[in-house]
Amino acid sequence: MAKKKRKTPALNASSMADISFLLLTFFLLVSSMDTDSGLARRLPPPPQNEEQLETVKVQERNLLVVLVNSSNETMVKSQVSTEWYQTDAELHGRGNKLSLKDKVKEFVLNTNNNPLLPELMEEDFGAPIGTVPVTADHVVSLQNDATTSYKTYIAVQNELVRAYNELRQEGARKYFGSDYDNLTTDQQEQINKLYPQRISEAEPKNFGGGN
Amino acid sequence: MGKFNKSGGHDMPELNTSSMPDLVFAILFFFMVTTTMRSETLMVRLKLPQASEVQKLEKKSLVTYINLGPAMDAKYGTGTQMQLNDKFAQVEDIQDYIAQEKASMNEADQQLMTVSIKADEDTRMRYISDVKQALRKAYALKISYSARKAEN
Repeated sequence: MAKKKRKTPALNASSMADISFLLLTFFLLVSSMDTDSGLARRLPPPPQNEEQLETVKVQERNLLVVLVNSSNETMVKSQVSTEWYQTDAELHGRGNKLSLKDKVKEFVLNTNNNPLLPELMEEDFGAPIGTVPVTADHVVSLQNDATTSYKTYIAVQNELVRAYNELRQEGARKYFGSDYDNLTTDQQEQINKLYPQRISEAEPKNFGGGN
Repeated sequence: MGKFNKSGGHDMPELNTSSMPDLVFAILFFFMVTTTMRSETLMVRLKLPQASEVQKLEKKSLVTYINLGPAMDAKYGTGTQMQLNDKFAQVEDIQDYIAQEKASMNEADQQLMTVSIKADEDTRMRYISDVKQALRKAYALKISYSARKAEN
């Protein structure tokens, strides 16, 4: 009698789908897709000794002061003009006043070589930008009161960064003919050197005295 | 009436589901790669401010977080608290915290470490400035103000 060779029964893999569903559900529950984004900043190194606390002398014309007080109002002061922004809408230019970002752009570019705005100096940035006059020593000084709300501070910082980003975008279009985001890293470096973010943050002063 | 009689009588072939686990594994690997494990439970209420010019933080492994905001648990009061890792801390503890985080990274990465300040939007600037001064003393100079992306 021929013995029929018994095949070992194959492993029943029908429950593999169930196990994979369990694993999937576990990962779905424990993980979070929080996208972290924020405004990137560099802090200045701490002062080493008392002499360094003497601030670098900045010429009056090269300085744009942005003050935020304890009632979350913003003031922009340059040698040319002073502007007050009481609300967020005014800050963005919706209240019959020039927006903060436009004031900063006007300050940084100084297209008409106004003697009250920062000094223009010729500098070479390499091809294809070449030698152009830029306000190499301009400083935007941001000061706030100790009781200013963080929300307003971030809104003001956002507008300052937006001004520089728009300048860089315009520079990219003018010299490279494409958007800033489509440039190579080296080209972006060149544009960044052309319009460096010169924002200085000072210690907060407690003028308000409130809480 | 004969037109609508069920003719034939063969079964519909069943859908072949033998490749379902493969699909599920593909989705699983996608989730494993793109998401991060939430490392700490939030003990402060965080309503991040909005900004349009935000940049994404590149490498999450090189980021240390500082949370600032009113405590979620009412028994700690409604003042602003700072949370480092898993417990409340004071400004003086920042230096040790930064040193600890730096030590857990290798040499090359230490220069690239970014501190992300996640503060509730109603925080008073005094707390933020104290944190910034402590970070300057600890030479953690690359910071990022955490904010939600908004179009305005």
